[in-house]
Amino acid sequence: MGETITFWVLAVVSVAAALGLVFSRKAVYSALMLGVVMLSLAVLYAVQDAPFLAAVQIIVYTGAVMMLFLFVLMLVGVDSADSLVETIRGQRFWAAIAGLGFAALLALAVGNTLIAPAKGLTNAVKEAGGNVPSLAQLIFTRYVFAFEVTSALLITAALGAMVLAHRERVRPKATQRDLARARFSGPQPSPLPGPGTYALHNAIDMPALLPDGTIAAKSINRVLARHEEEDGVTPTDPSKAAIVKQLLVEERLAPKDEVPDDSHTDARAVVEDNVAQDDLRDEAATDEAETGGAVREAHQEDGK
Amino acid sequence: MTTHYLVLSALLFAIGAIGVLTRRNAIVVFMCVELMLNACNLAFVTFARQHGNLDGQIIAFFVMVVAAAEVVIGLAIIVMIFRTRRSASVDDANLLKY
Repeated sequence: MGETITFWVLAVVSVAAALGLVFSRKAVYSALMLGVVMLSLAVLYAVQDAPFLAAVQIIVYTGAVMMLFLFVLMLVGVDSADSLVETIRGQRFWAAIAGLGFAALLALAVGNTLIAPAKGLTNAVKEAGGNVPSLAQLIFTRYVFAFEVTSALLITAALGAMVLAHRERVRPKATQRDLARARFSGPQPSPLPGPGTYALHNAIDMPALLPDGTIAAKSINRVLARHEEEDGVTPTDPSKAAIVKQLLVEERLAPKDEVPDDSHTDARAVVEDNVAQDDLRDEAATDEAETGGAVREAHQEDGK
Repeated sequence: MTTHYLVLSALLFAIGAIGVLTRRNAIVVFMCVELMLNACNLAFVTFARQHGNLDGQIIAFFVMVVAAAEVVIGLAIIVMIFRTRRSASVDDANLLKY
């Protein structure tokens, strides 16, 4: 009776979470839904006399694999939404039809099979005295070769991940001397003004005020400005709105005239030389905006 | 009860298959593959109890190990493709097509 209740509760939860995984627009929601499915499956294993697998499911899947998924989501960009353009026309529709047909076929085939009452594992685990000892006995006798091959597979996977994720440094790392030179030959040797200086609040979205009460353009957080623009929010203060607008225009123009050669010696260019890949320029620009300025970024790079 | 577990496993597997076929984000596709592997594991565990021996649980254990290795490599490949092509969409990685 207890098992039946557990099964029905977890079956509903896991199927709902699986549907959520497939249909949620944001990848992070999908990952969380997958976590729910894995946890409920772990409980189902425990109910079915597989306590070791339940523990492994939680440790390996919800612990390691889900963390890996979330890390990669953060690396790749959480907001990378699915494109709605279909490469093959009608593919989604027919895929859904095929999937539903497949589900119906499997469920009906399994549901219509007459299955004898389960034998249960009590006899199987009696000899070794428990689930884990019995599994250990099997792994190290009948399945020992597969077990050894597994270790080779894991080592190969670890090496493969390192090789795939490794990036060769194309240019030499900028030294402290290079960074300092770039900083002092650049337009702004000092740190940029922080947000909130002399203003009413010191929140990140409050620009600093100059002594005459006007807004210091350099203290405006560019990332926030960009996001606000994307969301269609304009600052209530008209002078701030004008400055933000100008900043965004400058930012849009900026990548075109930026040539990372030696003549161009502001800090960002050095850092970019250091990053050394053209397609990483966006990232560098974002970093720059987030840390509040090229100089701060130089400091940061310095620290690494 | 065995039938219930098997039907649940079949449903989860089919949902995962629908996800693989319809989603474009490579990471979500990968999660759906994981869902399918989990569904298979549930079937293995169920059959282990049904037949009264532990081999099903051993196979489920090996499936978990292989799935972990596969996730590591697959996500490394996704990150690498994202670095070069700035996209995690499976539709954008079509250079090997012709």
